[in-house]
Amino acid sequence: MLELFILGLLVAAAIWTVMTRSLLRSAIGLALASAILTIIMFRMDANLAAVFELSVCAGLIPVLFISVISLTHPWTFKEAIEIMKVRLARFWGLPLVVVILGTALGLVSLKFKPQLPVAQTPGPDVRFILWHLRQLDLLGQITIIFTGVFAVIILFRERK
Amino acid sequence: MFNLIAVVLLFAVGIYCLLATYNLIRVLIGIEIMIKAVTLLVIFCGYQTNNLALAQAFVITVIVIEVVIMTVAVGVVVGIHRHNNTLDARNIRKLKG
Repeated sequence: MLELFILGLLVAAAIWTVMTRSLLRSAIGLALASAILTIIMFRMDANLAAVFELSVCAGLIPVLFISVISLTHPWTFKEAIEIMKVRLARFWGLPLVVVILGTALGLVSLKFKPQLPVAQTPGPDVRFILWHLRQLDLLGQITIIFTGVFAVIILFRERK
Repeated sequence: MFNLIAVVLLFAVGIYCLLATYNLIRVLIGIEIMIKAVTLLVIFCGYQTNNLALAQAFVITVIVIEVVIMTVAVGVVVGIHRHNNTLDARNIRKLKG
């Protein structure tokens, strides 16, 4: 029952993130959704991934969004009211879509039993997998981080 | 089972956000929500198949890639705002045609 409540909270946080008028609140909602996802991961014993999720997705990425919101011009109150009216027309269907889809999936899932191949032993530790079995993943991560750094340098370089 | 339903609902919320909004920052937020759905799916599959350590390794890779993508995308959004003074995707017409 608690699991269902937390999952519902996660979906509700995502809906609030999308539907809220203020971009700042959207960024905060995203952090909230990440924090709830962290709780789910901890409950599934995925501790290392949960720590990454909490520190990076709930910490760093909202800061990035808040920075870009502050770098761009926010709306005035009058503009925000006007935009809110248009936004409501576009976003009123989202809770409806979620409720209908959730109900339909709930009914279908009563008959659907996923057959996943279950490993007999839990397998090696996550640190062993990262450092010994999937070293190419680490190499790829380092490469993509450097690619990102160079991309940001090129994007923000001063024009002469 | 509820985890799979939550994954589909989260992904649907992200896609709806992508389709319904014109604000570039909100588009990135929609992509973030979709990535969260994928993260939850990977962890759930790892948990169900008794391969949680491997799933965690994949999730860590996904998170690293996600951060780099978001950093570059945010840089692009700031650049677009500097050039066009707007974040509305409908007003960005310089690459049209």
